[in-house]
Amino acid sequence: MQESQLRTPRIAGGTNLHTWALGVIPLVLLAVLVAAFVVFDPTAMLRAGFPPVEELTLQRVTLNADPRTMTVNLVNGGPEPVTIAQVLVDDAYWVHDVQPARTIPRLGRATVEIPYPWVEGELHEIKLITNTGVTFSEAVEVAVETPQPGIRFLGIFTLLGIYVGVVPIALGLLWYPFLRRISRRWMNFFLSLTAGLLIFLGVDALEEALTSAGQVPGAFQGIGLIVVGVLVSIVGLIAIGQRLRASGRSKSGAQGRLVLAYMIAAGIGLHNLGEGLAIGAAYALGEIAMGAFLVIGFTIHNTTEGLGIVAPVAKDKPALRNLAIMGAIAGIPTIFGAWIGGFTYSPVLAVLFLAIGAGAIFQVVYELVKLIQQESEKDAGTLLNLAGLTAGLLIMYLTGLFVAA
Amino acid sequence: MKEGFSRRDFLKASAAGAAAAVGGGALVGMSSKPNRTSSGTVLAHDGHDEDAMRTVGQVDHEANNFDPMEILTDFDYGEVSQLDNGQTLREYEIVAVDKEIEIAPGVYFPAWTYNGRVPGPTIRAVEGDRVRIRFANAGSHPHTIHFHGIHSASMDGVPGIGAGMINSGEQTVYEFDAYPFGSHLYHCHAIPLKRHIHKGLYGAFIIDPDPEKYDGVAKETAKTRNHQYPENAAVNEMVMVMNGFDTNFDNDNEVYAVNSIAFAYMQEPIQIAHDQLQRIYLVNLTEFDPINSFHLHANFFDYYDHGTTLEPTLKTVDTIMQCQAQRGILEFSFEGFEPGRYMFHAHQSEFAELGWMAFFEVTGE
Repeated sequence: MQESQLRTPRIAGGTNLHTWALGVIPLVLLAVLVAAFVVFDPTAMLRAGFPPVEELTLQRVTLNADPRTMTVNLVNGGPEPVTIAQVLVDDAYWVHDVQPARTIPRLGRATVEIPYPWVEGELHEIKLITNTGVTFSEAVEVAVETPQPGIRFLGIFTLLGIYVGVVPIALGLLWYPFLRRISRRWMNFFLSLTAGLLIFLGVDALEEALTSAGQVPGAFQGIGLIVVGVLVSIVGLIAIGQRLRASGRSKSGAQGRLVLAYMIAAGIGLHNLGEGLAIGAAYALGEIAMGAFLVIGFTIHNTTEGLGIVAPVAKDKPALRNLAIMGAIAGIPTIFGAWIGGFTYSPVLAVLFLAIGAGAIFQVVYELVKLIQQESEKDAGTLLNLAGLTAGLLIMYLTGLFVAA
Repeated sequence: MKEGFSRRDFLKASAAGAAAAVGGGALVGMSSKPNRTSSGTVLAHDGHDEDAMRTVGQVDHEANNFDPMEILTDFDYGEVSQLDNGQTLREYEIVAVDKEIEIAPGVYFPAWTYNGRVPGPTIRAVEGDRVRIRFANAGSHPHTIHFHGIHSASMDGVPGIGAGMINSGEQTVYEFDAYPFGSHLYHCHAIPLKRHIHKGLYGAFIIDPDPEKYDGVAKETAKTRNHQYPENAAVNEMVMVMNGFDTNFDNDNEVYAVNSIAFAYMQEPIQIAHDQLQRIYLVNLTEFDPINSFHLHANFFDYYDHGTTLEPTLKTVDTIMQCQAQRGILEFSFEGFEPGRYMFHAHQSEFAELGWMAFFEVTGE
């Protein structure tokens, strides 16, 4: 009784200055503690006797021709500064230059320039040896000249993006007239199919994110990045969706379905940004030969994405403008992804984009299921809907066989 | 239809050839003036640096407290005295100590050493001398000294026999007569053996032949091999221990060298006179690799396997190989050669490029 009486007035008073001050006190104490640690260093006792933990991540190897040199970009993702003592290429000590300095602070970056006569099409291994004798190495699987930002490679990456992202989605959107003419039952079948496609894409994005997370320097916490990326994009899309629906005049389905279609387009766009990133990076590093077969494979695989965008709004006769914009939102990021991946591949960025894409897709799947539920009036779990979901998954799996690089 | 080599291709190729000839001229001009800097950190920007395969920077020999140039000729003859029976007694002090050494510029290795250096002191005695080694272990692990020579079981320096493994802070004495003459070695035989050897516990052990025991040509040869004779002073003698360092402890060496420091004699070539007989006591203590080798450029040498003979076991060769603990004596001269730099290195290119590569600088007319 007494307690509640004591508490009530404060709560009723709202968040006044006094309340905020109470919130700040722990932070002030924390600052004092940190300062004390910095000044008195009580952990010195704990450290003594342990060898330093060193962790360098070689993020990107650039091969330049004329003259032939190798440039290595690296990050110190470990807890201690690391000093690069020597550089070996293919088990031979080689002259080199480290910028800005041989000693790289925690989370610091450095660039190593090596005038090594690398051989076209062959494998090279670069090994850095630190002052404690620890080695960090990175293999260049197939040596090819790294694309330099310029008209030629900008053109190549743009074309790749158009083939892999823009064209297939535009093709997929052409299912719109077909979808308009079919019955509601079959419409629900195609919505379920879209859900299947998206679930597959979401898992695909998540898997890519997890793979890339392995290349992220420890301090940048690849898995943590995925958690943040996925959840922030889900929460963000929920918030955006709520606002868009609230602002819409008609509380009826049409506005909601258009919003959903836009969200699907955005989710697919983010996924394609990650896909473009991976393709651009692989191309730049000589890991894949972008043969005609692989491009066709991606085109077939991604055509289904257009179907996914257009399905929710097929019955609403959306303006052609809307369809075009949604196609652009979903497809064009592939081009940007290819540019970024081709010129400045960074695993941290890749993980973040892929995680955001995965989150967006899963959120969209949830919205889609809700829509199917509404449209089906009784139960979404009809045999036809389940068949649609299965078909969606299978289509992605089977067309995925074409892009097994 | 198969396309022939078109005229256009030919024109392209000959244009490239002309360009190469011009570029080549520039290269020749460059190489006559080596682009070597004292700091060794300057990069060539033409992509054709002839001096590119090397380490960057300098090893601080003073901080190491041993210099590979001095190790070449640094013989420890011991504390010499006479025993009652007339035999010469040579007494040596060897202490095992843990020490971090710089084996390539900026690369530090947590070594275990004899007397603070790798390889340990070059023990030198004469055939028939009494050798007494006082060994103290100031290191953090048990160690021994196992000599390659003739001695009793209790003096063998292996675990469980005689004094066995000598613990931290303890000491022992190894004593035996120096036999047979030759180019030998010693190393720690504590277990685990591989680790105790590659951490740096080894050195050369040379027994000079006693000319009094031989006649004729053999006697004269023995004089040139015995450090107590003026005939020996006329020969330039060098000790080279081929070794390697596994800096990241993955059972594979990151650094190879003679006398521990990668490319030491590349950065500072060994000066030798053209008219002097050269003799190398070569010992292989490389761990992890089955063999190591020695190849001399532009010249040939005579080889005495184990150094236990006064006649070469191999004549006129320019490459020999040794398994671990194999050793021998190389003899050659650059008499009549043009002065300049003559390369020598392991002819496993991998070892050469990882540090076991060197130069003789032949001087004089």
